[in-house]
Amino acid sequence: MDHIAELLVLTLAAGTPLVFAALGELVTEKSGVLNLGVEGMMLVGAVAAFAVAATTRNPWLGVAAGMLAGAALSLVFAVITLSLMANQVASGLALSLFGVGLSAFVGLPYVSIVIDGLKPLSISGLSDLPLVGKLLFGHNPLVYLSFLLFVAIQWFLYRTRPGLVVRAVGESPQSAHAIGYPVVRIRYLAVLFGGACSGLGGAYLAVAYTPLWVEGMTAGRGWIALALVVFATWKPWRVLAGAYLFGGVTLAQFQAQALGVEMPSQVLSMLPYLATIVVLALISRDAITIRLNAPASLGKPFHPGS
Amino acid sequence: MRIRLEPRPEPSRLAGWLSPLAAAAATLVVGFLLFSALGKNPWQAFHVFFVKPVATLYGLGELLLKAGPLMLCAVGLAAGYRANVWNIGAEGQLTMGAIFGGGVALAFHDSTSPLVLPAMIVAGALGGMAWAAVPAFLRTRFNANEILVSLMLVYVATYTLSLLVHGPWRDPEGFNFPQSKLFNDVALLPNLLPETRLNRGFLLALAAIAAGWVFMSKSLVGYQMRVAGLAPAAANYAGISATRTVWFGMLAGGACAGLAGVNEIAGPLGQLQPSVSPGYGFAAIIVAFVGRLHPLGILFASLLMSLLYLGGESAQMGLALPSAVTGLFQGALLFFLLASDVFINYRLRVLRSPRSPSASGRSPLPRAGR
Repeated sequence: MDHIAELLVLTLAAGTPLVFAALGELVTEKSGVLNLGVEGMMLVGAVAAFAVAATTRNPWLGVAAGMLAGAALSLVFAVITLSLMANQVASGLALSLFGVGLSAFVGLPYVSIVIDGLKPLSISGLSDLPLVGKLLFGHNPLVYLSFLLFVAIQWFLYRTRPGLVVRAVGESPQSAHAIGYPVVRIRYLAVLFGGACSGLGGAYLAVAYTPLWVEGMTAGRGWIALALVVFATWKPWRVLAGAYLFGGVTLAQFQAQALGVEMPSQVLSMLPYLATIVVLALISRDAITIRLNAPASLGKPFHPGS
Repeated sequence: MRIRLEPRPEPSRLAGWLSPLAAAAATLVVGFLLFSALGKNPWQAFHVFFVKPVATLYGLGELLLKAGPLMLCAVGLAAGYRANVWNIGAEGQLTMGAIFGGGVALAFHDSTSPLVLPAMIVAGALGGMAWAAVPAFLRTRFNANEILVSLMLVYVATYTLSLLVHGPWRDPEGFNFPQSKLFNDVALLPNLLPETRLNRGFLLALAAIAAGWVFMSKSLVGYQMRVAGLAPAAANYAGISATRTVWFGMLAGGACAGLAGVNEIAGPLGQLQPSVSPGYGFAAIIVAFVGRLHPLGILFASLLMSLLYLGGESAQMGLALPSAVTGLFQGALLFFLLASDVFINYRLRVLRSPRSPSASGRSPLPRAGR
């Protein structure tokens, strides 16, 4: 029983970077902007968080730095796509490639450095309760933050007026503009928010999940997060479910070895990516559902004059 | 006074030509600033980065050696991009091409037939095509986004290669290193330029450029692909099959990337290793854009990108700069290109704020009685 609780905790921990990145990207896409640069922003967030955490010996400052770095990179993307009206797909790809290169460059001095990362909570008494102890009180602080983020985003998007405006901008920017809402400014904020969340996801990886820095350490999680948003048909609770599902698949590598399953490690490593493909194909199959749930203006540039 | 971006009545051709040059220039400026910020003499750094690598015949050979796979991959990708088929998995298709080609080489390791190399090349192209067929199938049948599928397959291909060179294909006399047996001579591409590492695979790349140009500008299918990209509704109405467009776009990219993969293992590498490409598949995406999706532009852009690769290596040795600076430049180049591309469809307009009536002495409103 305890083993199951342990597994669940590990699954949540493994899915958390996806939760951060995918929820942020969900908000961005809800406003109509397709930002494919999640991988780049996560890596930049990771390297910034690690560098600051190593230099200041304060992991929380690192987390803040990671968020800022992700937001800063997304600002470049926002300027190019929202003000300069460049193609969002190509710009997002450029952002990813640039982020990968930039993080590799900046992270070189930090490759073999060890830091004191953020450790899972361990409240004496509560955490030791059988079954629920670890499950409720034994998570990493950032995992609790991800729960909060989910609640906040769900509430913001569906229960507040500004959230409604964001969704309106995503569905029909022309109408929103006609009513008088500042479409471009709202999209800027949505992109920056998405960037900060991706940076947070990267920061979690580098400061909490595995407190180290390796070039390309996100290993494609940014892209999986993008697939997750589609898989979740742009609904926050489904993002959460999907993220933990993938967290579980990622864990399968270690669990399979523990269970004595004879499979080469590379096959197990492939599983998250293969799972992403399968899930994406199954969900996208229903084109009607996708079209109904996807923000109608997703990926299309908005020009106020037209 | 406000600065506004105004849509142009029709795209500016001049801006289309100038934009890659402006982007390259801006990247150089960034490089200048970066070198200064890192405490190196920027002029010296420039020399080490851009001039020194190609100052010798060997250097020129290296330039063309690296430009070859970039050209191959980019031409294939551009065929798809023009039709809005976003193949991002060229790196994986390259790897698969290397695996298939390497498989043939290893299978006929003891043969001295001159047919081995052509068989490897064909196998490599088929391998790349097979890998690209997956996103094509999933897009046409399941409406799955080909960007994400092709990208996921890059990771799968890399792990597959790793599995093979660590396991069944590892050289038994290789001291346990994860690499395959060295290919024997019939499986290697012959040299093209003595005193350099340039091999005949480069001719394949040039042929691809020529084929791409003929295809894009002279063939019916190429025309249909361009229409499908520029006006999907019109293409659909004209009966151009969207399914065929996707398949063709993806398979072209896959075949070319697969060829590039075989070129790598039958050329400079001479065997299968865990990594057969320094990111050519991704750099080719940038090359395709900087080359304006046109074979001739791709030719020049791949030379520039190859220079960036060589510059990074040279900077590592001569300036103690990390080679990761290459990736930085590549990403920056693409960013600047996208930014300067804006001016193709939009122009800058400086608007003066509306004049107040007193200043001009004339009321903007019609006077009563007129």
